[in-house]
Order: sequence, then structure tokens, then C-alpha cells
Amino acid sequence: MGNSGANLRRNKGDSVSAPARPEAVRREEELRMGRHVVLIEDEPNITEAIRFLLTRDGWDVDAHAEGSAAVELIRQAGPDLVILDLMLPGKSGLEIVRELRAHPDMQALPVLMLTARGQLRDREMAEKAGVTRFMTKPFSNAEVLTAVRDLHAQAGQG
Amino acid sequence: MARDTLTGSRIRERRLILGLRQAELARQAGISASYLNLIEHNRRRIGGKLLVDIAAVLGVEPSMLSEGAEAALISTLREAAADSGVPVAELDRVDEFAGRFPGWAEVLAACHRRIATLEQMVETLSDRLTHDPNLAASVHEVLSTAAAIRSTASILAEPGELEPQWRDRFHKNLNEDSLRLAESSRALVSFLDERDTDSPRRGMPQEEAEDYFQSQGFHFPALEDGQLGIADMMAEVPVELSAAARSLVQVALEQYLSDARALPMEPLAAEIASEGIDPVGLARRFGCGLPAVLRRLAVLPEAVLGREAGLVICDASGTLLFRKPVTGFAMPRFGASCPLWPLYTALVHPHVPVRRHVVQQGRNAAAFECMAVAWPQEQPDFGSDPVYRAVMLILPSGQATQDAQPVGASCRICPRRGCPARREPSILKEQF
Repeated sequence: MGNSGANLRRNKGDSVSAPARPEAVRREEELRMGRHVVLIEDEPNITEAIRFLLTRDGWDVDAHAEGSAAVELIRQAGPDLVILDLMLPGKSGLEIVRELRAHPDMQALPVLMLTARGQLRDREMAEKAGVTRFMTKPFSNAEVLTAVRDLHAQAGQG
Repeated sequence: MARDTLTGSRIRERRLILGLRQAELARQAGISASYLNLIEHNRRRIGGKLLVDIAAVLGVEPSMLSEGAEAALISTLREAAADSGVPVAELDRVDEFAGRFPGWAEVLAACHRRIATLEQMVETLSDRLTHDPNLAASVHEVLSTAAAIRSTASILAEPGELEPQWRDRFHKNLNEDSLRLAESSRALVSFLDERDTDSPRRGMPQEEAEDYFQSQGFHFPALEDGQLGIADMMAEVPVELSAAARSLVQVALEQYLSDARALPMEPLAAEIASEGIDPVGLARRFGCGLPAVLRRLAVLPEAVLGREAGLVICDASGTLLFRKPVTGFAMPRFGASCPLWPLYTALVHPHVPVRRHVVQQGRNAAAFECMAVAWPQEQPDFGSDPVYRAVMLILPSGQATQDAQPVGASCRICPRRGCPARREPSILKEQF
């Protein structure tokens, strides 16, 4: 974990301001009453890139690098979406999903899992644990944005 | 040795495949049906003109009836047909193929074995990514860094304004990550390189070790008479052998040496010459265990034992650890063997000597006398479960006895119907 990401992790009151959002996005956001995502990823520069992308797309991004307290954090934050790395220090992404799904109020929460191991067995395990969608590193920014928008739209319908 | 005694069985098999009645074949060959019946049950020797005539009626070369095609080759060809996935129309003519085109049949069999070896290797390698934590961590590091670089770079590459603070920050991240990627990819490459240097990967280690023993005829006189030690023997093992195969060879040689010390060549040869092959008698006479006797007998030169002998050793999972092939007894190259082998009967009754006459199902119904026993690999201790191994000596016996039990090689190529031990369906449609 580098220092560059550490001061960005809790973004409220950060020294670097969020990127400017286009007018149209801002208006859309007002309509939707703010979208909130919790990102659990131990790679600070991935966190920073995703934070930038999603903030610009109208999301409030809450990022953490550590797995052990993740379940509590997510339950307290009550986000619209969770993005989770598979290999995390403290607790694996799979365990976090399993624990989340054990809570009755966390059943419908969309979870997007990021992983460097794209093997079939991992994917099956992740799906069994309750992951909504699966994304293999290295992904493109467009893929992340599409996945996040799709998951949010689906959750809104259901 | 016992080959020509099975000519009758081959005539019968061939006749049944053609759907020819016994009486009809007898008529065309100019003999009585009852005489043909005796021949088909190997009760009358057959040769000369009659063999030629019968072969002509059956549409095969006479040598195919008198010698048969090599059983191992046939079973490999059947495996090849099974694994090819395409329906093979002439499966019932496999030994005709092997008999008429032995060279091509060998080529096909060799290709099949090579494919099986490579498939095993691919499986091992892909398992490695899943099970080797160092490799998985190394790959994770490379891919994560690549993901960070890709995201960051494409943000920077987007058209339009980016606030200077963000731009500077992303440039800095990109620089850091590219350094990390250079480092982690170098680490990954050296990790892979290191693993590969000691083995040219010609095949599975067990196969390499087996080829080595085969090339030495399973007999090491210099080791037995003390001229060379294990270390000297290992120095003479071909350099192409991978490190894994070498360690298997060394273990097998150590076993060989300890068996040879328990049963030295001269007194053993004298005992066999006077008493015949009597494993339990030999165990008593030399004061050693039955497993050592069975292993020792199998690796004796044919001149000493007076006949050909095969050997298989398995561990408690049933996996074959050591195989000395013997004419006519098909042993699967990969995968599980026939659960009806006396080897496995011995495995579930440790220490109890098991002797069975068996007939291996297949085109050449060949008969064997098998002697097997299971023993604990190490002295069992209080508080730990014993780990057993089983050994089986295979002696071709030519004539099938009344009490002979049917066994196979492996289910996929076994024609036996209604077998209670069947694990998966056979690819063979008809029962021979």
C-alpha cells in the first residue's frame, strides 16, 4: 500500500478536489438522489483510478484497502453498490461476500468482484458465494463503468 | 512363450465377430464341427494347412491367428479410438489393423501415448496456477499492476481537460506502477525459468522412470554383486531424465538393492531350479517378507526364473507406482486399472497372500497366474494409521483354468457385460 492512496481513502475533506462533473451528469444525479459505492481494493492506484472514474460518473466513492473490517463498514454505509477485490489483506473477498449475504438486509446489494485470477473455478466459487458480477484484471475503464451502470440499473428495477 | 496355445481362442473370437456359425466354419475348412470346437477351446493344437485354410475363411493372415497382435498395442489403439471422440466404424477390426499394418499401428499408438502425456502435463501446469501460492501471488501482482496502469493511462489519454492536480497525480502513479510492473514481471519470469531448467519435460516422471527400467531390462547385475553403489548407478542414468524421474529411479533402485540383498542371486537361482516358483517357500527359506519375494521374482532375468513375469505395485489409493509389463497383460497407461485385479483384493486384505488365476478380457483372452500381497510401507506406530502398498506378480499361464476369474485392463476398453465392478461404460459394442 503506497502513501499516495492512503490520504485519498476517506475522501471527505481531501486536499485534491473531485473532478468537475459535466452539467448533464449533475442534473441526473440530483434526480437520482446520489449514488453511493463502497470500494474495497488494496491496490492504491487502482482505487484512485476507479474513484476518479466513478466520481465523474456521479457516484460517491468510499474506499478502503483492508478486508477485516469491510463487512461492518459496508453495513454502516448502506451503499447502492459494492466493488470488491478477491485477494485482500485481512479477509478475502469471498469471505466478505459470504458474510454480507448472511445478513437479511444485504441480500439484494449488487456486488462487483475484481480479481487477477480469471479461472473458471474462482468464478464458480464467487458466484456461489453471492457475487453479482465478476471482472478480471486487467479490465478497461469502459468495462468498469458499464458493469457499474448495469448493476445499478438492475438493482433499481428489482 | 504361451502364445501358440491361444490360437483356438483367436479363431473363436474372429468367427464370432464375423457372425459365422461353428458348423459353417468347420464345413468350409473341411473338418468336423466337434473337432473345430476342440480347437477353439485350445484342446487341440493347430498349424500347417488347416491353420491356413481357417485363416482364409476368416479373411485374416494365418500369423494373426497363431501370434495375435500385441495385446498392449491393441489396447492402446482402443484407448486412442475412445479418446478421439469420433465414432470409429471399424473398432471390431482393430487387431486386423494392427496385424496388417504393424508399423502404422505403432505410429498411431505412439501418437496417442504422446497426446495423453501432454494432456497430463497441461493439467499439471494449469493446476499449478491454482495450487502454487507463490505463482498465484506473482501473477496477481503482475495483473493488478497492469490493471492500475491500464485504468490510469486511459484516463490520461481521454480527450478533454483534466485538472492539473489529477493529471500530476496520475502521472506519478503511472511512473510508480510501471516500475513495479517491470520488477514483478521480471520476478515472474525468473520464477518460471527456475522451475524449468532441471527438466526438459519429455513426459511424466513416472513414464520416464519406467522407460529407463525397461531399457535396462529391469535387471542391474552390477548393483547386485556390489560392483556399483546406488550413487554410481544414478551417475549412469541418462542426463535427459528430469529431476522428478531421477528421484523415482533412485527410490526404485534402493528397493531393488534391498530385495536383492534379502534374496541373493545364486542361492535364489538354485532354489528356483530345484523347487520351482514357490514365493511363500522362498520367503521362509530366506527369512524375508512375501512382498520382497514377489518384487524380486519379477525382476529376475527370464533365464533364471524360467518364464516371463510382470509386476505392478500400487499405493493405498490404487494408483500404480511401478509397472513391469508382461506379454498379453494390458495395463492402462493413465487412469485407474481394473478393480478386479487380485492386486486390489490384496490391498483390502493386508498381509493375506492372494493367489488367483485370471483371464484378461479382450481380443486375446490371455490367462495369468497372479500372486499379490499388501504390506505397510513403514512400521505402523501407535497413534498413526498404517499406509499400505500392494504388489502383484503376474505369470502368464497359457491355458485358462476352470476357476479363472475374468479381469480387464480399464473399463473403457473392456468388453465384459454385466460386470459389477464397472465404473464407466465401455466403448466396445459387442461382447467377444
